[in-house]
Amino acid sequence: MLGNLFAGFYQFADVFAFLVLSAAGLAIIFGMMGVINMAHGEFVMCGVYVTAASYHAGLPLPLAQACGTAVAFLIGMVLEAVVIRPLYTRPLDSLLVTWGLSLVVTQGTLVLVGSTFPGIGTPLGGFRVGDYTFSAYRMVLFAAAIGVLGFVWFLFLRTRFGIQARAVMQNPGMAQALGVRRNRVYALSFGVGAGLAGFCGALYAPTMSLIPTMGSSFIVESFVTVVVGGSSVLLGTAPAAVALAVIRTGLNAWYGQIIGQIGLLVAVILIIRVLPDGFTGWLTRRTA
Amino acid sequence: MLKLLEGPQTMGRGPAFWGAAGVVLLAALAYPMFADPYDVGNFGYFFVWIFMALGLCMMWGLCGMLSFGQTFFFGLAGYGYGVIAIDLGNGPLGTMAGLVGGLVLAAVAAAVLGYFMIYGRINGVFFGIVTLSVTLALAYFLGQTAGPEWAIGKARLNGFNGMQGMDPLTFPGPDGGIVLEETLFYYVLILGLAVAYLLLRMLANSRFGNVLVAIREDAERAELLGYDVRRYQLAVFVLGSTLAGLSGVLYTSWGQFITPSSIGLPAASMPIIWVAFSGRTDLTATLVGTFLLLLGFQSLTIYSQETALVLMGALLMATVLFVPRGFVLGIGDLLARLAMRRRREPRPAAAAEV
Repeated sequence: MLGNLFAGFYQFADVFAFLVLSAAGLAIIFGMMGVINMAHGEFVMCGVYVTAASYHAGLPLPLAQACGTAVAFLIGMVLEAVVIRPLYTRPLDSLLVTWGLSLVVTQGTLVLVGSTFPGIGTPLGGFRVGDYTFSAYRMVLFAAAIGVLGFVWFLFLRTRFGIQARAVMQNPGMAQALGVRRNRVYALSFGVGAGLAGFCGALYAPTMSLIPTMGSSFIVESFVTVVVGGSSVLLGTAPAAVALAVIRTGLNAWYGQIIGQIGLLVAVILIIRVLPDGFTGWLTRRTA
Repeated sequence: MLKLLEGPQTMGRGPAFWGAAGVVLLAALAYPMFADPYDVGNFGYFFVWIFMALGLCMMWGLCGMLSFGQTFFFGLAGYGYGVIAIDLGNGPLGTMAGLVGGLVLAAVAAAVLGYFMIYGRINGVFFGIVTLSVTLALAYFLGQTAGPEWAIGKARLNGFNGMQGMDPLTFPGPDGGIVLEETLFYYVLILGLAVAYLLLRMLANSRFGNVLVAIREDAERAELLGYDVRRYQLAVFVLGSTLAGLSGVLYTSWGQFITPSSIGLPAASMPIIWVAFSGRTDLTATLVGTFLLLLGFQSLTIYSQETALVLMGALLMATVLFVPRGFVLGIGDLLARLAMRRRREPRPAAAAEV
């Protein structure tokens, strides 16, 4: 009985962690900054590959994961300055540019690295509840997802950078007039978003097979979560991840993976039909 | 009616343009007499994709709706064609029913999906994301249908290896019908493409097309002027998606197979790259540009498909950053301006910018 209950929670926690971790970076880049980053999956992939490469180079796993995150962060900052910055006034064009970028990165990786890359075994082993054994690492992922939400809350609501960032997103001209360095804030925010994507990849590196097209397995879930969530990370992405994880877990358990995936999409289309601004709009309207 | 062939929404007017178009058409018609049959079949293969590009040009270029779902409808119609043809025992009956059935399937799917999105006021970005999601989901779904339990009637879906066993399109005729292949395929496609191109041109310059452009420029203004924006968006979405479906049917007929990889990534990127590179606001530019890109892409694919795709991605980035209107359209504009200057005529009012 306990085992079954925990199994249900475990499944939910697994999907929830995946949705939050893969969507957090996008929620900043797309939800807050309004840049439609179709290369989000490739930032995740960057985290995965750098983590695996540094792990194979002899670094312990946590350090390798830090490397993956840091590299994604830096690449994000550079890309923002070179490719994204000219396009803030043309949001649909930023979509196209990042779409092109994603194609270049995916296929470029295929050319340079090849179609497979040695993976990392899942660490930490398992633990037993009732009659079942569960992977401990999945619980780490769940904790990391909660941690990421806490980090985002702290960064954007409790630091000077967070206030400046939110000011720039709301009214760039006014923020600049008040002495905020707009370009730096944009670059840093984009970097944080890319870094969180890289962090997601770093965390999932030990659980997946490493192929250059792996980014596309993150992109749909993350966009769907952000779209259902709306513009706020805490009031949007988090509740959206809870709702979608419940739907997904239930469908997976009763009807299997493929129905879970399709059901998720149907649910998303229905939810946006009812809540055009996502959970953010709904929750802020209720609290306002 | 024929007056609509020229107008504000399409590039090219007057005897010079139509003369050039005629020469190109004649050259295309004469081509099989000089080329070897393999190249002819290959060119026919390029034409397959152009319908899909023209459809995207209508909905994205004219109406501002960027759909990542062209390959979704492509795949739906392609698989639909295969399933129907196989289950009706191929031949003229099966393949013709497959053609109609595939197109209807694409149109109905587009109407249902479009209804939920457009009447749900999912616009701009979200529209792209939802269409991309359903496309990837379909590719993923078809990819895992390898087992024998995944069959519709006699038609096995065959998972990632794709479905086979359908005949090419066969017109009713003596000796079991006239099979559409090789040189005949080429001629029929040229004809189909010319008809589609001219009809779309007329549509673009008609009242309908002008409303589409008004919606692209400012949906709210169009609505305040009394147009039901959603109806027009749904109509053009169904039209564009059905054209993608036509490409899917023709593709399946051409190679007698279809796989999930023609739906998912990177296949789903291709229509967007063709149309963006060519100049999304113009049908002629899309037609020419798509053909050129397909030709170039295939010449590169012979050496390395990955490298070719990297170049395509880079091309898309370059287009957006440096020539947002599109390369072919830019060149077309340049030619038009040169012609104008030579005749020392006043420049006509520029077409609306995107």
